Amino acid sequence: MTNSLINYTLHLADTTLILSQRNSEWCGHGPILEQDIAITNISLDLLGQARNFYQYAAALKNDGSTEDSLAYLRTEREFKNLLLVEQQNGDWGQTILRQYFFSQYQLLLFQQLQQHSDEQLAAIATKAIKETTYHVRWSSEWVIRLGDGTDESHNRMLHAIDELWRYCGELFEAADYETAMGIDLTSIKQTWTEKVTAVFDEAKLPVPQNVFMQSGGKKGVHTEQLGYILTELQYLQRTYPGAKW
Amino acid sequence: MNNEQLHIDTSAAEQKIWSILSTVVDPEVPVLTVLDLGIVREVQINGGEVEVIITPTYTGCPAMDMIAMNIRLAVAEQGYKTVKVTSVLSPAWTTDWITEAGKEKLKQYGIAPPNPKQQVCNDKLFAANEAVQCPHCNSHHTHRISEFGSTACKALYQCDDCKEPFDYFKCH
Repeated sequence: MTNSLINYTLHLADTTLILSQRNSEWCGHGPILEQDIAITNISLDLLGQARNFYQYAAALKNDGSTEDSLAYLRTEREFKNLLLVEQQNGDWGQTILRQYFFSQYQLLLFQQLQQHSDEQLAAIATKAIKETTYHVRWSSEWVIRLGDGTDESHNRMLHAIDELWRYCGELFEAADYETAMGIDLTSIKQTWTEKVTAVFDEAKLPVPQNVFMQSGGKKGVHTEQLGYILTELQYLQRTYPGAKW
Repeated sequence: MNNEQLHIDTSAAEQKIWSILSTVVDPEVPVLTVLDLGIVREVQINGGEVEVIITPTYTGCPAMDMIAMNIRLAVAEQGYKTVKVTSVLSPAWTTDWITEAGKEKLKQYGIAPPNPKQQVCNDKLFAANEAVQCPHCNSHHTHRISEFGSTACKALYQCDDCKEPFDYFKCH
């Protein structure tokens, strides 16, 4: 049970850290100042969640690990993040769509975790859920604005769906540690699909059918993107071990 | 939970700590003390050790580490040798815990205080902008420029009457 709890907590930590890192690449490059600030605010929220999860995982491991060693010194195969969140930013539409798919999933997951028997996971989820609600609202409004916008923005959203939909199947495929923790992804899948379909309808975007789904991230089998992220994220601690500000 | 209730039945020694805490301010919103913010849960004195239990405002708020350090410093300066600040998540902090005095100070500082949480924290899309009162001219004719502002706790608004942009301490 403890092993599953540690692995599950690391999965949640890695997923939020990697998406935070990805979004932060927009800092100073957003399409307009307010949206640059919005995406980096979301990065900060996700980083805060990641810290809470890493601190908890470090306490559970009780082997001298810290939130920093877990983020900076684990290898690619040890990371358990979702494939979706490691994908490249692409254009603004692709970044928005990745955020929407994830935030909609995270909101439903945190609603479930609020009731979880593990009190610390429940507390972290309860703390983060209001932030996640803001993320869902912001990203889904953007999906609609772009999908039902100009021909250019609509086509870019079609491209974004093409790039990202194949990574959404994994969200609902339970890893061993999720099953052991009693996470019910089937009910989340149903609600997620309803919500996404409603937003896509309003955005005049098609919901893809029968797409081959990629998975593996939860088990540490990643796309090539993760290596590049970790190279950048972990550079300082790898090059100057133990360096402090 | 509010601070007035917490003060009841605390010993004189704990009262002393509470009064020290009333001088510790939020580094990002320096008109608010940690008591105005409602983030101090409990003060405990065990032998020579003082423990202050606080709760974070926002998950990613970068000010929390500094607030914890400032609490340790302020209490230590008054002669307490061992000061521990413990952060607990549950129950989760909400903007409803900001005191009335704190809300008034925010307004005086030029930041619109949060509306009550239950009115606005929902995931409805393109919901009508909540009516936020301009802290400068008191007009309710304002509009939201961005849900996300200069810090994690704020949204950016502009007044349609006096035209001033202003921060809104968003509901949480």
